[in-house]
Amino acid sequence: MARWRPFVVLLVFLTATIGPLSSQASSEVPPKLFDPKVTTLDNGLEVVVIEDHRAPVVTHMVWYKVGAADEPPLKSGIAHFLEHLMFKGTNTMEPGEFSSIIAKNGGQENAFTSQDYTAYFQNMSADKLPLFMKLEADRMQNLVLTEEIVAPELKVVLEERSQRTDNNPAGLFGEQFQAAQFLAHPYGIPIIGWRHEIETLTAQDAIDWYDKYYAPNNAILIVAGDVNAEEVFELAREYYGPIPPSDIPERIRMQEPPQLAKRVLEMKDKRVRQASWRQSYLAPSSRDADQTQVRALEVLSEILGGGTTSRIYRDLVIDQKIAAGAGAFYRSGAFDKSTFVLYGSPSKGHTVDEVQAAIHAIISDVVANGVTETELTRAKKQLMADAIYARDSIRGAANIFGSALASGETVEQIVNWPQYISEVTAEDIQKAANNLFDERRSVVGRLLPDTEES
Amino acid sequence: MSRYVFSRSLLVAFGLLLIVIAPVRAADITEVVSPGGIKAWLVEERSIPIVSMKVAWQGGASLDPKEKAGLAHLAASTMDEGSGDLDSIAFQERLSDLAIQLKFNAGKDTFSGTLKTLSANTKEAFRLFGMAITDPRFDEEPVERIRAQILTSLNQKLSNPNSLAGRAWFRLAFGDHPYSQPSEGTIETMSAVTIPDLADFAKGRLAKDNMVIGVVGDIGKEELASLLDKTFGELPDKATAPAVPDTEPLQEAAVKIIDQNIPQSAVIFGGQGIKRDDPDYYAAYVLNYVLGGGSFESRLTDEIREKRGLVYSVYSYLLPLDAVGLHMGGFGTNNASVGEALDLVAEEVARVRDTGITDEELSAAKTYLNGSFPLSLSSNASIAGIMVAMQMNDLPIEYLDQRANLINAVTQEDIGRVAQRLLDPEKMIVVVVGKPEKLEAKGAGAEKL
Repeated sequence: MARWRPFVVLLVFLTATIGPLSSQASSEVPPKLFDPKVTTLDNGLEVVVIEDHRAPVVTHMVWYKVGAADEPPLKSGIAHFLEHLMFKGTNTMEPGEFSSIIAKNGGQENAFTSQDYTAYFQNMSADKLPLFMKLEADRMQNLVLTEEIVAPELKVVLEERSQRTDNNPAGLFGEQFQAAQFLAHPYGIPIIGWRHEIETLTAQDAIDWYDKYYAPNNAILIVAGDVNAEEVFELAREYYGPIPPSDIPERIRMQEPPQLAKRVLEMKDKRVRQASWRQSYLAPSSRDADQTQVRALEVLSEILGGGTTSRIYRDLVIDQKIAAGAGAFYRSGAFDKSTFVLYGSPSKGHTVDEVQAAIHAIISDVVANGVTETELTRAKKQLMADAIYARDSIRGAANIFGSALASGETVEQIVNWPQYISEVTAEDIQKAANNLFDERRSVVGRLLPDTEES
Repeated sequence: MSRYVFSRSLLVAFGLLLIVIAPVRAADITEVVSPGGIKAWLVEERSIPIVSMKVAWQGGASLDPKEKAGLAHLAASTMDEGSGDLDSIAFQERLSDLAIQLKFNAGKDTFSGTLKTLSANTKEAFRLFGMAITDPRFDEEPVERIRAQILTSLNQKLSNPNSLAGRAWFRLAFGDHPYSQPSEGTIETMSAVTIPDLADFAKGRLAKDNMVIGVVGDIGKEELASLLDKTFGELPDKATAPAVPDTEPLQEAAVKIIDQNIPQSAVIFGGQGIKRDDPDYYAAYVLNYVLGGGSFESRLTDEIREKRGLVYSVYSYLLPLDAVGLHMGGFGTNNASVGEALDLVAEEVARVRDTGITDEELSAAKTYLNGSFPLSLSSNASIAGIMVAMQMNDLPIEYLDQRANLINAVTQEDIGRVAQRLLDPEKMIVVVVGKPEKLEAKGAGAEKL
């Protein structure tokens, strides 16, 4: 939930991790993913620097290792609400002054909240880094909130919820679907919060949240761009170094009980003009012990759903012509469990049942017979190329490191990602598919036009 | 919301790229002319093994015949679906196997293509790009498949408040002028486009005389020169694209309400703006930043979001099209607040027109617009895009070095003049989609369209 921008942006980065690799083949030794310089300050702040000297600009981000899934009962939305309130001033800054100084210095800024983290960033000319660090360090410890400041912002957040979710049947259904996916785990609660709970959030709730979680030992500083790592470390020590650490509660969340029954959701709405279907399976994430399985699933999602040459698109859209669009989606970055999603939308004259049957046939085939070498090679090449293309964006680089580290991954895991992908075999994929695709451990969603009403 | 904000940020970026200066300086751009006379602007950037190219042709969706609106869009969506001896599947597999990204897009005034490749595959990537534009197959299978996808999307848009509002705004503002028709067409007009139409489009509209090219990345001058001839040499010398006739938006206030049962109304407002080649363009650009262009710093955001919490996002932007300049804006607010928020927009517009902006605002706008410009030039792909936009607007390479001065030269007098020209709440064209309370349709918006 960004202060302005859609959170979707991040998902793109997560699936396109980076790595300098020649186009020619996975037979070559996969290089490291970027070359981050890393240190940890005495107060616990992790600092990651990615140098890129193509343009005299820099991205400065602070990621707090706390997100919507860490919220207490009855307070859904507080992580995101505080994100908005972080722009409302400190004991030395007026409300709005932060943004005003950033803009006057040619900087662009924003913030966003996910289930696992809350991040703040500025993009700027490289010489402004000390100034922006000073401002960001200030609001790490000196935020001031009053009911007077908080009240209009709560209305803003409710309008944001309307715009994102309540105005849009697909948004509402996505929320219901996610709630069904997670019976116990807080990932089932929307990041922006349930409306009836947002409405009751107070300045004191925000202050409590801030006091509990906003500290250097619960944060990661990422700087990417035209900088020298040692100089950034020095600046970090100067501006963030003096902030005292605090006692951060351990991240313990309610975990899912074993899923024994398939859950099926159907929603009809007059505004839905195009039926759609999806099926989602609880899947391991990058913190899972079995990393082979995680990397295999990343390659499998590329084989099943990566563009027009993917298996699902080819079969349902081109050959059988029963779907207007179809594919698969998996992201490995999550502190707890992730999901692997299959989806499709029937073409004219066809139904969601046909789409489901055709996708199930593909899945059964993968489970029984695995994937082909051609598919495997193509998918790996695509992922490696995506990795190189991602190097064209310093913001992308910063997002990859920030989101992965804040979700509990290690720098080594990120840096060696191309290596892991290159090692995935057809057998790994078949095994992972076999483990994953169990109907009983899935959620099916059907979003349909309400023909009776219209 | 994301839709509003996203579309706005794209447009702002487009405006920015035409305005300020850069980490890429004029000296970094080389004009390459091939032996066959094809021109491209090149920035050599060897640090990452990739090459990005953008190519644009003057003449876009606004030239589509009225009854076949969406022709350019369908052509853009199918031009990469087979060429020469490669059918759709073979062509897509070739792209996929080499991880080459190739896309076409039809805007209101231009048709463009982008290419991204690992530099090890540059030659093959350019060859495939050339095949797509000079010898597209437009086979029935991919055309009907893609058309079905577009029709699905057009059908979905019939219940999308932002899309409905945008389409209705242009219909209301432009009546019979081609700008009234949506670039993607309607279900009816998209269905009317034939395969011969697509072939004629490719032959007639993509030529050498209406084409500009920007290339950035791991490629040298000589290599590019030779690839230019191979890639574009087969194109006809002259395009058959006529110019869109100059026009202006409706010159009177109008409020149109499209009834939809949603909690938050989507609102688009706008009217007369300014064209890109107008001497007052920079003054208008600075003025708009203060009014509604600067994300958290604008007057509209301050009054409507920060002070009153009525919206998540409110914005305004300049939309300089070839045949008309527009000044647009929008917001979303709960149905009960639509009237109040619209009144506030009108008040702020009138206040800027009547009392101008402060010296402090003028100075802050300049430092932001100049200081943030390098941020829009931090990737190879964005630099290629900027070079194409500059050429489309007949700007010289040196312009990159002159931008800051053009912004800095804007005076309070310029702002006052352009405010009188552009800002008139009495001529605001408004479209609301939702269930706004206490709001009446007005003027042409009250008529059945």
